[in-house]
Amino acid sequence: MNGIHDLGGMDGLGPVIREDNEPVFHEEWERRMFALFISAFAGGHFNVDMFRHAIEKMDPVHYLESSYYEHWLAAIEDILIADGSITKAELEARMADLAKEAA
Amino acid sequence: MSHDHDHGSSMSDTALRVKALESLLSEKGLVDTEAMDELVETYEHKVGPRNGAEVVAKAWTDPAYKDRLLGDATAAIAELGYSGVQGEDMVVVENTPDVHNIVVCTLCSCYPWPTLGLPPVWYKSAPYRSRVVRDPRGVLEEFGVSLPAGKQVRVWDSNAELRYLVLPERPAGTEDMSEEELAGLVTRDSMIGTAVVERPAG
Repeated sequence: MNGIHDLGGMDGLGPVIREDNEPVFHEEWERRMFALFISAFAGGHFNVDMFRHAIEKMDPVHYLESSYYEHWLAAIEDILIADGSITKAELEARMADLAKEAA
Repeated sequence: MSHDHDHGSSMSDTALRVKALESLLSEKGLVDTEAMDELVETYEHKVGPRNGAEVVAKAWTDPAYKDRLLGDATAAIAELGYSGVQGEDMVVVENTPDVHNIVVCTLCSCYPWPTLGLPPVWYKSAPYRSRVVRDPRGVLEEFGVSLPAGKQVRVWDSNAELRYLVLPERPAGTEDMSEEELAGLVTRDSMIGTAVVERPAG
């Protein structure tokens, strides 16, 4: 499948920006997202091809505007909802609860 | 997409989604929060480019090991104890006076985790992935690497199964250094191919 992920040779995406002494993770949620991915992967919820396909299906604008671990989040959410592990309503409800707690 | 909802929280929407996902999956017994903590600890503090540097230094000092490494990198790297997720099928490409190798994953961000750890943001970024295959010398210049005009540049595009590690050239003036001292010279970027290993100052 071709698509926005197929970036090789594309012009106009700007300079490569590097960070000195870059930390492994930049935000706490990235740590959790990384570990969630490995855990769900180890749990047999998907294989690497399914995971990549889910990333490649992302909305192209969202793909370019979002970071690596946001791609993982979009893909894992897509897969777990599709296989019935969670529902979108459940996830939205839990987000609302957690937002209330944090407020 | 509902990623831009305002949940009235100081937490970012992304952070909130991840937290909600972890909470749900943990409640359903699909993930183990403590095992997740261990994974974070491992990849944040234990796995990283020091592993790859050890491989490189051994190849520089042990010709038989270097032969094994270039012949079957996965097995040779496993000899040093580095194997596993995202390193199941490794290929090592050797820099020489005539050839400079550089690694990318244009389609996503495939990277050899057991030897280099998790990739830096620039490696995963659209600018690097798009440009390095079309203008590797230009990208190398931005990284401060000027290659002689006659040197061939080979760009290796990783994929979900196969991961590359660059074996940099051993710098001149390091003949008396121990394997451990040599490993200390080897940087992450030199094993991606966006840097060369510099001879030690002084």
